[in-house]
Amino acid sequence: MSTVELAPSTAGHGLAPPPGTAIARAPRERTGSWPLIDRVAYVLCWTVGIGLCLIALAIVLFMLVKGVAYLHPKLFVESPAPSLKESQSGGFLDPIIGTLIVAGLGIAIAAPIGVALGTWLAEYGRPSWLARAVESAIEIIAGAPSVVLALFGLLIFAQGYLGFLSQTAASGGVYGRSFFAAGAVMAVLALPLVVASTREALTRLPDRLREASFALGRTPATTVRRVLLPAIRPDIATGTVLGLGRIIGDTAIINILLGTYLTLQKVGNAPVIGTLRGTGSTLTSYIYSNSPAGEGNAPQKAYAAAFVLLVIVLILNGIVTWLTNRGGQSEGGGLSRAFRLIPNWSKLTWR
Amino acid sequence: MDRHPLTEAPSRGLGRTRRWATGRTDQRVERTLGALAVAVLVFIAAMLVTVFVKAWPSFSHNGLSWFGPGGDVDTQLRAMQEIKALPGHSLYYFRAWPLIWGTLLTTVLAVLLALIVSTLAAIFLTEFAPRALRRTLDPVIRLLAAVPSVIYGLIGILVIAPYINNHLISDARKASVSYVVQLNGADVMTAALILTVMILPIMTAISAGAFAAVPAAWREGSLALGVNRWRTIWRVSLHAARPAIVAATVLATARALGEAVMLAMVAGGRGFAPNLLDGVTALFEPVRPLAATIFQNSEGLSIPALGHTIYAIGAVLLVSAAMLSLGGWAAKQRFKRYGVRA
Amino acid sequence: MDPMMPPPVRRIAVDRDPYVAPPRAAPNGAAPAPATAVATRRHTAKAPSANVRERMSIDSVWLAYGENWVVRDVSLPVRQGEVLAMIGASGSGKTTLLRSLNRLTEITAGAARTGSIMLDGQDIHELEVNELRRRVTMVFQQPNPFPMSIFDNVAYALAERPGRGGRRRRRSPGIEAAVTDALHRAGLYDEVGGDLERSALRLSGGQQQRLCIARALAAEPEVLLLDEPCSALDPISTATIEDLIVELRDSVAIVIVTHNLQQAFRVADHVAFMHLGELVEYGTSEQVFDRPTMDRTRDYISGAFG
Repeated sequence: MSTVELAPSTAGHGLAPPPGTAIARAPRERTGSWPLIDRVAYVLCWTVGIGLCLIALAIVLFMLVKGVAYLHPKLFVESPAPSLKESQSGGFLDPIIGTLIVAGLGIAIAAPIGVALGTWLAEYGRPSWLARAVESAIEIIAGAPSVVLALFGLLIFAQGYLGFLSQTAASGGVYGRSFFAAGAVMAVLALPLVVASTREALTRLPDRLREASFALGRTPATTVRRVLLPAIRPDIATGTVLGLGRIIGDTAIINILLGTYLTLQKVGNAPVIGTLRGTGSTLTSYIYSNSPAGEGNAPQKAYAAAFVLLVIVLILNGIVTWLTNRGGQSEGGGLSRAFRLIPNWSKLTWR
Repeated sequence: MDRHPLTEAPSRGLGRTRRWATGRTDQRVERTLGALAVAVLVFIAAMLVTVFVKAWPSFSHNGLSWFGPGGDVDTQLRAMQEIKALPGHSLYYFRAWPLIWGTLLTTVLAVLLALIVSTLAAIFLTEFAPRALRRTLDPVIRLLAAVPSVIYGLIGILVIAPYINNHLISDARKASVSYVVQLNGADVMTAALILTVMILPIMTAISAGAFAAVPAAWREGSLALGVNRWRTIWRVSLHAARPAIVAATVLATARALGEAVMLAMVAGGRGFAPNLLDGVTALFEPVRPLAATIFQNSEGLSIPALGHTIYAIGAVLLVSAAMLSLGGWAAKQRFKRYGVRA
Repeated sequence: MDPMMPPPVRRIAVDRDPYVAPPRAAPNGAAPAPATAVATRRHTAKAPSANVRERMSIDSVWLAYGENWVVRDVSLPVRQGEVLAMIGASGSGKTTLLRSLNRLTEITAGAARTGSIMLDGQDIHELEVNELRRRVTMVFQQPNPFPMSIFDNVAYALAERPGRGGRRRRRSPGIEAAVTDALHRAGLYDEVGGDLERSALRLSGGQQQRLCIARALAAEPEVLLLDEPCSALDPISTATIEDLIVELRDSVAIVIVTHNLQQAFRVADHVAFMHLGELVEYGTSEQVFDRPTMDRTRDYISGAFG
């Protein structure tokens, strides 16, 4: 049989319609023919979509305007000082330090525990009733209001034997409020986010990664430590930054567990521990105190601090976006990178 | 490296590594991690138990009428703070109904509003928005979700409340209830509006994810039957996205229940129970939802009766959040009947 | 016939049926028809229908996605009372042409067309698109029942007629009758008629596809388009649906796109062979399969490529 000619024959047809014929492009669906109620719904959808953009724009612009109006560089280096006049009531150095301390403490506790917990849930998880109980417990924390977590924190840290973590009054009553306490409860706040990120990322890794590592003689523990966890580094980072965002934005826990003094109050004389045992404020409680709802009525300071807080949160948000985009782009690359973490991986052959 | 289709799939379920964890180090690692899990579990269980233990005296002194109406909440709280029992009642006397009613009003209003708006927004995002707008809306939604509640509160108390006070509440309206309460713009409506904006992002994100996950085959099939695009979305996509929308609603309600700071700043700060018979004016009356009450009375935790009462309020919040999760799970089970994947 | 030519496909199909169709029990429990009824039924059903009239005419149609012309200068008639099968290799443009018949190509951005397609004398691009799609319905390759009950699936398109209300009217006698009728025509009523509130996703693949056909028929279309409807199904379901197609051809004009040459032979009255966007040959199925006039047709049918 002769070989088949698969190219189109040009006899009688061209590769394009003869010039001069009208070519119609696909139109967008005209909503004019729709029943009225459908058209109303269509317009509503557009309104809502545009409206969302406008709201976000309004919030950002408003805070920008107010922030620029009231923000001075010297606010960053002065401590708050009580005064009736706004121009003399100092800046927010202490609140910024407080925010950093609380966030650092919280994440330092939440990140390792969260990764460990997430790894246990995804990789081991035996006995299964325990795993399910732990998952439910994490969900309860995730859904619990932060005020309630703060209440519980106060309960713990006001116990006598934990008096070293905060101040003990002369009468023996433990104050229970300190950076330690706030940091610990903030860790509980951020824990579910880290656990969820870790666990989901580990579950998404395909089995062949683990099998490859075992086939080359690594123990499962080493596999987890050297191959799996590094492979999901972006996801762990995402979870951590999300937790950080949640910590930085919370006011209720600060108010209950850190008190309402605006300046750092050390307890005892030890250099770092003294600060951590003491109280202070963070940007969030500073804003609350200076708003009409708090004691001081200094809206200008409140706006300035709010602007700084918003910028910090937006930067964190941007980091999360960048991290997720990076992880997504190198989806295949991330996996092959993970394979390269197994020594001698290239010697593997698949049947 | 050849790819075998069976090993391409991501590992599902728990315990992927456990099967191979037989060596001594592995068992030690597994036991350590397991111990950590138990510790976390014990910690959380202890939290629940202690909150309820601390809350019990308040419930035992008041019985079920703890939830009912009976006098002014603020007076009761103040009495507890000064450790001077109100005449004719015990020190623990507390009737939380105005707080519960305030919570219900703000939460239900906000969630209803957010449900409608977020569904429309999710539909817009996945179906009607041109590509450029869609790419802008994603970070916009994430931005709205990331704004701390105290900033929402600040904007509310410095901008929105005065605006409502000056422009939406007429003097006549203020006069009509001035014998009971002062209207000043910090009220149910302001709180519900800002709460809506706060819970919108998470509901929109989850709903949009669900709409985007609707198989194209259904959409195409519906279009091929002569059903226009909106009806297709309404009857097929929405139907398929219902479990996710329920989940989003549950999540948003839990968030709204737990919101303390913004509501403390903006909802009025008075334990007042708006009277629906006032009509629209009821929306302009101040309230103080449960979480905000805890927040505003947090200094009094060491005072016995007050402390117990506040823990009782906390316990009510915890139980509500748990019941919400349960309700959401039950609703999802119902949708699974028609094969809609949750 | 040329002794050098390999035997045509037809002989294979006639000499041995590659499957055994299940004996169909009559409703009153009588003995099932003999197994040979399948083969005979094929032959008698292939007798051309008495009432053939032209429903759609495709005239010098060119279709493109972007800059690439996928269908080039195709002209075909679509008639009620007969089944038109479009065969060809992948990429021959037959699916695109099918989708242009109910303007489904328009949901892809950048689609272009030229030429005219008429339905009962009206240009389909002048009609309102949703009304067109009610008159020309489509069944897809993968069964895609909606995540609703069987009843709601079949009644889906019915509620969209102008003047219909929402769920209140669901149980109106008109809709119930239409649903039952459509299920009967699709040959599905016997199997699911007992419980129409069951989820449609619980049905088997063949039943789901018949449900999709019922759904397409419920709107009482004038033309039914089938895009490789049996390619995802097992042979028994395929046989059932093929019987269904032959039965329906009197009431609806049917256009079926298929990869399966045997299937085209079994069900089609007219066959259009397309290759790389062009209509290479069009004729009755006997003519195209037995006496193809073009070399390329002969090569395709004998399996030289595809």
